[in-house]
Amino acid sequence: MKYVLLIYVDEAVIKGLSEEDRAAYFQQWGEYEGHVQATGMKTGGEPLQPIGTATSVRVRDEENLITDGPFAETKEQLAGFYVLECENLDQALEYAAKMPDAKYGTIEVRPVFQKY
Amino acid sequence: MQDDIAEIFKNASGRVIASLYAQIQDFELIEDAVQDAFVIAITQWQETSIPENPSAWISVVARRKALDKIRRNQTYVRKLEKLHDLSVMTYTDDEFSLNPITDERLKLMFMCCHPALAKEAQVALTLRTFGGLSTEDIAKAFLVPVPTMAQRLVRAKRKIRDAGIPFRIPEPKSIASRVDAILAVMYLIYNAGYTAHTGNQLMRQDVSAEAIRLTRLLYNLLHREKIDFAIPEVMGLLALMLLNDSRAPARIDAQGNLIPLEEQNRMLWHQDKIREGQQLLEQALQMKQTGVYQLQAIISALHAEATHSEDTDWEQISVVYSLLEQMMPSPVVQLNRIVAVAMTKGAEQGLALLDKLENDSKLAHYYLFHATCADLHRRLHNWQRAITYYQQAIEFCTNDAERRYLNNRLAEMQTYLSP
Repeated sequence: MKYVLLIYVDEAVIKGLSEEDRAAYFQQWGEYEGHVQATGMKTGGEPLQPIGTATSVRVRDEENLITDGPFAETKEQLAGFYVLECENLDQALEYAAKMPDAKYGTIEVRPVFQKY
Repeated sequence: MQDDIAEIFKNASGRVIASLYAQIQDFELIEDAVQDAFVIAITQWQETSIPENPSAWISVVARRKALDKIRRNQTYVRKLEKLHDLSVMTYTDDEFSLNPITDERLKLMFMCCHPALAKEAQVALTLRTFGGLSTEDIAKAFLVPVPTMAQRLVRAKRKIRDAGIPFRIPEPKSIASRVDAILAVMYLIYNAGYTAHTGNQLMRQDVSAEAIRLTRLLYNLLHREKIDFAIPEVMGLLALMLLNDSRAPARIDAQGNLIPLEEQNRMLWHQDKIREGQQLLEQALQMKQTGVYQLQAIISALHAEATHSEDTDWEQISVVYSLLEQMMPSPVVQLNRIVAVAMTKGAEQGLALLDKLENDSKLAHYYLFHATCADLHRRLHNWQRAITYYQQAIEFCTNDAERRYLNNRLAEMQTYLSP
C-alpha cells in the first residue's frame, strides 16, 4: 500500500537545534533518504520551503481569494512529505518513527486513496 | 437449545471472523456474512440438531454468504481474482469435521486492539468481534447512544481496511507493547462492568465476565504461540480480575448501595475465584517479570487473604503500592498508598501526607482525594472537617452509586454533630 507521510514540525525548534543536534539531524535525514531510495520504497516526496513562503487560495463566488500564509495557524507546520510503498500500516508507522523530525514534531501517516 | 446456540455463537464468533479475515480482508463484509450464517444456523439447527463442529459449519456458510455478496457487488469485481481459491472450494458435511478451521484469533485480537484505533474503538470492536455482546449491549455498558456506538464500530472497521492495519502477529520487538494494548482494552472492559455505572446489575456482570473470558482466551492463544515473555502480565491481569470479581456479591446491598471493602461480609466472597486468582498470581510471580497488573493482583490477593478486615496486611500493601507508584505514577495509586500508610501508621500520618498533595492541581477536582481526606478525618472523629471534605467529594463525583455512598456518610457525620 502507498502511504503519504506528512511532516509537521515547528520551524523554530529545528532552527534552534544545537550545532551537534543539527549535524545529527541532517546526517539522519541523509541516511533515511538513502535507505528509502535503495529499497525502492520511495515513490515521491519533497522538503518544502519555510512557512513564510506559503500562500493560500480560496475560490468563493467565482472569485480567487489569495492570502499570505498557511491554511492553519498552528505551531507545527507542514515541512515536507514522503510517499512510501509499505506492506501495511505497521511498516508505514515504523518509517514515520524513523524520521528525524518525529523527535521534534508530528508525522501524520495517511494511506493513499486506492482506486479499484 | 436456545441457550446452547447462544453459547456456541459467542464462542464461534471470533474464531469464524478470524478464519474468514485471513482470506477476505473486509471486516464489514465478513461480519454481515457471519450474522447471516447465524440466522441460517438458528433455523436449521432447530429443525435438525447442532452439528458436531458448529464453528466449521458457521464458517462454511458465512464464507458462501461472503462470496455471494462479493459477486453481487460490482465494485469488488477486480478483487475476484484474489478469491479464486475460495470460489472453487465446495463442501460436504464430512468435510466440516475433517477440515477444522485454523485458529487465527490472536491475529484478530492484535488487529482489533491496534494502537492506530482510538481506545474506545478498540474496546467496542473487541467486544463486538469476539462475540459476547451486541452493539446495543456495548452501547449500554459504555453509556453512549446506540447509533454512536454503531458509528464507532463502522469507522473502526473502515479504518482497518483503508489504512491497511495488518492482520498478523506483530514483530517480536513490538509484541510486548502490543500485548499491553490488548490488556488495557481488557481492563477497560472489565472496569466498565465492575464500576457501578448503571442500575442494571445483570448487565454489569455480563461485561465483567466477558472481560475475564477474553483475557483467558488471550492467555491460551499466547501460550499456544509460545509468546511466553508476554504471559506474566496476562496472568497478572486475569488474577486481578478474578480476585476483584470474587467480591462482587458483597459489594452492593439489596438497595444497590456500595459497601466498602472494610464493611463487606467476607463470607459472600467467591472462594473459587479467589483460589484461581491466587494460583495464577503465584505462577506469574515465579516467572520474575513483574508488571503493574501483577502488583495490583498482589494487593487484591492480600485483601482476599484477610478473613477479617482487621487482619489485612496493610504493611505489605503499602510496600506494594510504593512499587506500583514507581512503575505507574498516578494520583489514584498515590492516594491508595497513602490510605495503606494511614492504616498502619495512623490517620494523622495519612493526613500529613495528603496535606502535601493538597496543592496539586491534578487532584483538586478529583473526588477520591476529597473522599480520602474525609474518610481519614472520620476515623479521627473530626466530624466537621470530614463533612467539609465529603461535601467537596460529592461535588466532584460523577458516579451515582459512589455519590450515594458519600451522601450516606455525610448524613452519618451530621448525626454525630447534632446534640
